[in-house]
Amino acid sequence: MNDLGPSAETLLEVRHLSKNFGPVQALNDLSMSVRAGEVVALAGDNGAGKTTLIKAISGVYQPSSGEILLKGRPVSFASPQDARDQGIETIYQDLALADNLSIGANIFLGREPMRRAFGFLPVLDRAMMATAAKSTMAKLDFHVSRLDAPVSNFSGGQRQAVAIGRAVYWNAQILIMDEPTAALGVPEQRKVIQLIQQLKTQGRGVIFISHNLQDIFAVADRIVVLRRGVQAGERRIAETSHDEVVRLMVGG
Amino acid sequence: MTSSPTGPSQIAPQADHSDKARTPLQRIADLRAWLFLAFLIVGFETWSRIDFGGTFLFNPFNIQSIAVFAVAPLLLATGQTFVIISGGIDLSMGFIMGLAAVVAAHVINWATPGMGFGMAVLFGGMVAVLVAAIPGMVNGMLVAFLKVPPFIGTLGMFGVARGVAFLLAGGTTVPVRNEFFAALGNGRMFGVPYIIMVTAVFVLLMHYILSQTKFGQHNYAIGANAQAARRAGINIKWHLLRLYILSGMCAGLAGVLYAARFSAGAAQAGEPLLLDSVAAVVIGGASLFGGSGTILGTVAGALVIAVIQYGLVFINVAPFWQFISVGVVIIISVLIDQAQRRFSGGRQSE
Repeated sequence: MNDLGPSAETLLEVRHLSKNFGPVQALNDLSMSVRAGEVVALAGDNGAGKTTLIKAISGVYQPSSGEILLKGRPVSFASPQDARDQGIETIYQDLALADNLSIGANIFLGREPMRRAFGFLPVLDRAMMATAAKSTMAKLDFHVSRLDAPVSNFSGGQRQAVAIGRAVYWNAQILIMDEPTAALGVPEQRKVIQLIQQLKTQGRGVIFISHNLQDIFAVADRIVVLRRGVQAGERRIAETSHDEVVRLMVGG
Repeated sequence: MTSSPTGPSQIAPQADHSDKARTPLQRIADLRAWLFLAFLIVGFETWSRIDFGGTFLFNPFNIQSIAVFAVAPLLLATGQTFVIISGGIDLSMGFIMGLAAVVAAHVINWATPGMGFGMAVLFGGMVAVLVAAIPGMVNGMLVAFLKVPPFIGTLGMFGVARGVAFLLAGGTTVPVRNEFFAALGNGRMFGVPYIIMVTAVFVLLMHYILSQTKFGQHNYAIGANAQAARRAGINIKWHLLRLYILSGMCAGLAGVLYAARFSAGAAQAGEPLLLDSVAAVVIGGASLFGGSGTILGTVAGALVIAVIQYGLVFINVAPFWQFISVGVVIIISVLIDQAQRRFSGGRQSE
């Protein structure tokens, strides 16, 4: 696990995590970690426990046993909001954007900045939202000329960038991305891979779930393979191959 | 799924810069209610000049009559705009309006001897609006907490409010014995009727709430993608509860102004206005799927309906043509909306 050298701080560590739903053991004694600037891919067949794992990390489920540590400090999340407040943001497959609102309005959705018009009347500070949207999206190498356009005008990859931009603006340290490329065309997939590389250079940790081994090998530093709720193996991407990963997944 | 495949132009390598401005068709669609209105006014003006050599638009009496005509449907429609943007509908507004009119009449009659004319009107008006908030709150609880579809929940409340209003009115119209109330309902200052002033101020307030506050912003977000709004930390249940209370209170205000204008409370006061209010919102550019619409569009939509209704009477056409004309305008309006979605790449239809 020393693949990034001793200098990279461990952002997230999961120790011996288990989760059962009644008699069903969805996750069994799983351990993994994510360092700053590291992309960890989670792979595994349907039902292998990937989703249960990220839901436990993002506060949707409470683990049955085991520990989650953020920068070495044990944490427990009462809700997804709680996890988000502590710097863990999940980018969902289906994006979770309000299509009819601008990029800025989406970034600030639920935490809109206000200003006082005429010195007394509280109004939405759209100028501030637009400025923040512009600088945040520029950080992701995404340059927008019309900041008041609703995000429905953007393509799938661009909307993915908006969702990531929201996490970046609110300073998420760990981004969990569930199949971020699944619904996209090939050029758009490439763009999302570039976005993940940007996050990496900014020193954030990324957990990246994908069925697409090509994407995993393009962007991940490490891969954790799950099978029926247990860890089937963990490899550095540089030291493994498609064949080996597939073998781990199917249990050959 | 929100992440539908994109059009070919959007996955081109330069896609980063393809955030296109609104197309001409979209701009026309945005303004369609105002275009309808201009078209109708020009039409009636032309007819009026040819048929009896007089003006339609430049007659202050006509303008004022149209505005007074539009007051109650517009008040309902402002509340309805919020509800429709959130992806819901409030079918109970018409009878909540009737209920409020009856309550206002009773309370003012009861309070006038003790409080005097002015205080009784203030008190009765406030009680009526607060009473109107109760069925609104029940609607909100049904929709937000019990997950009843808005169409069904508010249809149930339509029946309840109707029955309660008729029971309170004793099956008849309740006359108001308060001269001050009658003066408010029919008086004017600088030539502008008081009820139009009240309506204008209220509509501006609603425009402010929808376009400039978090409540308005969250309303749009919930209408477009409730799950996204929830994930962003918006308390949807609390929002919906307040939303339906707001629409109930809009209907309440409409009921009070109705009672003032006619010096009477009638349970059926808002009965024909409910569908007009939905029509005004749709003509004004809102989508019944939620997520879009504005108060200013709704104002234009309400004026379109009022101009059709008044204008056809003015040019002596059989009143039944009103129904046909309003119906045709609604259908054209929805067709424009759909054409706009189709030509803008179909990305907004999720």
